[in-house]
Amino acid sequence: MPTITELRASYQSGDLSPSDAIRTLADTIESTDREIQAYISYDTDAALAEAAKADLSLPLGGVPVAIKDVINVKGQPCTCGSKFLDGKYTAPYDAGVIKKLRAAGAIPYGRANMDEFAMGSSTENSAIQTTRNPWDTSRIPGGSSGGSAAVIAANEAIAALGSDTGGSIRQPAALCGCVGLKPTYGRVSRYGLVAFASSLDQIGPMTQTVEDAALLLQAISGHDAHDSTCVKEAVPDFNSFVGQDIKGIKIGLPKEYFAEGLDPEVKSTVEAAITQLESLGAEPVEISLPHTEYAIATYYIIATAEASTNLARFDAVRYGHRSENAANLIDQYRRSREEGFGEEVKRRIILGTYVLSSGYYDAYYLQAQKVRTLIRKDFTEAFEKVDLIASPVTPTPAFKIGEKSDDPMAMYLADIYTISANLAGICGISVPCGFTRTDDGKQLPVGLQLLGKPFAEGDLIKAGHAYEKSTDWQKTAS
Amino acid sequence: MTTATANKYLVSIGLEVHVQLKTNSKMFCSCPVRYGDEANTLTCPVCLGLPGAMPVLNLGAIKRTIRSGLMLGCKTPPVVKWDRKSYFYPDMPKNYQITQFDLPLCEGGGVPLYDLAYPKEVQKNIPEPGKTIALTRIHLEEDVAKSTHHATFSSIDFNRAGTPLMEIVSEPDITTPDEAFAYLNSLRQILVYAGVSDADMEKGQMRCDVNVSLRPQGQEKLGSKVELKNLNSMSAVRRSLYYEIERQGEALDAGELIIQSTRRWDDSIGETRLMRTKEDAHDYRYLPDPDLLPLHTPELVAEAKIDLPELPHEKVTRFEEDFGITHYDASVLASDQNLANYYEQAATGASSAKKVANWVINNLLGVLNEQGLDITTCPLTAENLRELVDLIEAEQISNSQGREVFAALLESPDKTPSAIAKEKGFEPADSSEIDAFIDQAISANPGPAGEVSEGNDKAINFLTGQVMKLSRGKANPKQVGEGIIARLRG
Ligand SMILES: [Zn+2]
Repeated sequence: MPTITELRASYQSGDLSPSDAIRTLADTIESTDREIQAYISYDTDAALAEAAKADLSLPLGGVPVAIKDVINVKGQPCTCGSKFLDGKYTAPYDAGVIKKLRAAGAIPYGRANMDEFAMGSSTENSAIQTTRNPWDTSRIPGGSSGGSAAVIAANEAIAALGSDTGGSIRQPAALCGCVGLKPTYGRVSRYGLVAFASSLDQIGPMTQTVEDAALLLQAISGHDAHDSTCVKEAVPDFNSFVGQDIKGIKIGLPKEYFAEGLDPEVKSTVEAAITQLESLGAEPVEISLPHTEYAIATYYIIATAEASTNLARFDAVRYGHRSENAANLIDQYRRSREEGFGEEVKRRIILGTYVLSSGYYDAYYLQAQKVRTLIRKDFTEAFEKVDLIASPVTPTPAFKIGEKSDDPMAMYLADIYTISANLAGICGISVPCGFTRTDDGKQLPVGLQLLGKPFAEGDLIKAGHAYEKSTDWQKTAS
Repeated sequence: MTTATANKYLVSIGLEVHVQLKTNSKMFCSCPVRYGDEANTLTCPVCLGLPGAMPVLNLGAIKRTIRSGLMLGCKTPPVVKWDRKSYFYPDMPKNYQITQFDLPLCEGGGVPLYDLAYPKEVQKNIPEPGKTIALTRIHLEEDVAKSTHHATFSSIDFNRAGTPLMEIVSEPDITTPDEAFAYLNSLRQILVYAGVSDADMEKGQMRCDVNVSLRPQGQEKLGSKVELKNLNSMSAVRRSLYYEIERQGEALDAGELIIQSTRRWDDSIGETRLMRTKEDAHDYRYLPDPDLLPLHTPELVAEAKIDLPELPHEKVTRFEEDFGITHYDASVLASDQNLANYYEQAATGASSAKKVANWVINNLLGVLNEQGLDITTCPLTAENLRELVDLIEAEQISNSQGREVFAALLESPDKTPSAIAKEKGFEPADSSEIDAFIDQAISANPGPAGEVSEGNDKAINFLTGQVMKLSRGKANPKQVGEGIIARLRG
């Protein structure tokens, strides 16, 4: 598929119309998605109607964007990958990012699969369908925004929105070979994003190129009066960072991120990428993020505590799955949630309920908040010495569907390099940086993660684009 | 409470009062706060708790809470925050309520039990008049929706969901049901003065839970707390407490153990019934709300201090000093802010502020009451009342003529007192005319005239009355009396 930039150029030259683009996408989805299973739903007629009146003078005029099925788009279903909402909830309002996308002329088209309520790292927790990695369909696409990454890799979308709570944009982007950017907490409105962990969630772009990520980020960034955690900080011109020189920038290499547990092939691929950055003038500096080993435990306490309250609203009183066998109100709550939620969601609700319970709060939640402060401090101190931090996104390439289904801990540990950025609230990007090869000869993408200072998404775009331009890893799976 | 119970046990009562704030919009969204609309028409994704919706603080509600706190002598911490209180109930769309757990908007302070803020029969029963009931805290939270239970189903109206609700928690400093009643009245008066709420319990704008415990005389530690719910009027609070104290006293007398529990007051039969015990108490699992950032308050507090209204008791003192009226009159006038404003307007610049007070209390309030009006709908303007009092004071008209003018003013609010006096021909008699009337009265009543000459003062009144009659009320009785004495004793 053309990139956003290319698509815009063909619109301007008159070679293509937005309706042509939608039709081409629809055809590809028809032929491809039966296998990939990345879209939960898509409404081509509605998209064509919008395409017909697209204002091409707008920055994203007529550009179709796939939306993770956790973001409310007025009049569309929003399943969150859950049986609880599938067929039982239609969004009556537009999320903040959707309003901004529309204002920029974009057309939300297609709802991408995801782990149920964004809880998971493989999209296997979707109660709707199993999405396959377009590079090797026996493997997972990553998660929780696995659908958003897969539709780009499978040529089923130009660009997509994902959400990242502990790596859910960067990790699937890495495993599917596309670009995924998690903005700084507060850069993008969360209004209308069905909350998993409110203090960690952030919506971001998933694209074919860094330049596209800059364009999409530009459109969705900025204050929203409906989200008090969304800052009033001025939004820079992200596109101005595209093509900037990276000579002399200091890139920190956290020693904890290149230690035990990292697949040797992934390690050598990422190290090669760092050497490439060095050849472009960047200066690598070894740094330490000493509290890294506590990040996963901290994350699972804070995220599940918040999730346990965020998901309390799914009670079947006004919408959602209502059990038919309930004897009374309490029974209705119990059975509806028991039947409507998947195993992982229930596991996290129970964990979160436990850590907030009377007598346990101080030992778990309060303690986790203290460690979170230390993790944040690790990054503040590191960024006094370096401009960016570089690391792998994941310890291994995409694993086989079903491989880790029975081992939640193994699944949680795979988020080790991405989780800390959410705890610290900083921004990060995943850029394709090569491949590993499977025993049966298939290529599996590897991602390079760059982490930036708060509200320094521009630096990620600058370095990400410089790297991308100097290599040739940007290709789709087909 | 019987004297037996009172003598044996110490009673500790604490009140949790929920007050709906007078704001235009809800606590966390821009839906209007309004009553009587069609069910579920004043809602949006936020107050319906839809997936993805987020709360945004209503600064107006925060300012009103800080203002209430300042009037009650509370302190506002420099940083406050909001917390999620989790429990499942259909009237709460998110199944957590956004409230304030450990950093409320106001801490400390108290409610002074000023006399005359509450009825006389209550005043009689208050052990320590002038006592101040200490407050623990005041916090701000969102109201829940309104459930209605039918035979086979329940319905929920979310119009009320998310209305700003201020919770005022007292220390267990209250010792009698009458003191609790006085506390509610005094608190309500201050909140109305603050302009933050109409605080009408019958309309649900003010709701109250009480907790009460008994312990033997001499014991330090408080007894087990029993919470009472379903108290829909101030009198229900008082009656339920009388009942509950008696019930607990009898139970203790019988050697029973009181367990921490919640009981429901049934107003129709006048009894409390067990709802739940401590064992079924909720674990609310408070969590700092990650959707709302902590709020820095110093600027808001400084701003609130600028136009802080005077407290009811401060107004009483000022009225006594500025207008020279009695403490009782000042308290009656200050009991209602609109009445106080009316009086102040009429009394300022009047020839006798004291007379203005008398007219308001002795004449005006009675008439308003009879006609089902209140001071805000009073046909007689404060200016006209002042002019009326001035006319009487200047002896332009007599007291009795004044009463006629007053009555006429209520009928024709557009006319001025002097215009009415003129229409009725009430003009001060000139002195030669009065002298002639005095002569006429003396010669027509030689008996009483003789008695006056001999020093009988009672007879002066009789002759004065005769002169007043002759003058058809125009003469000034004081002047007439002096004239008679001058004539007969001079
Ligand atoms: Zn609302």
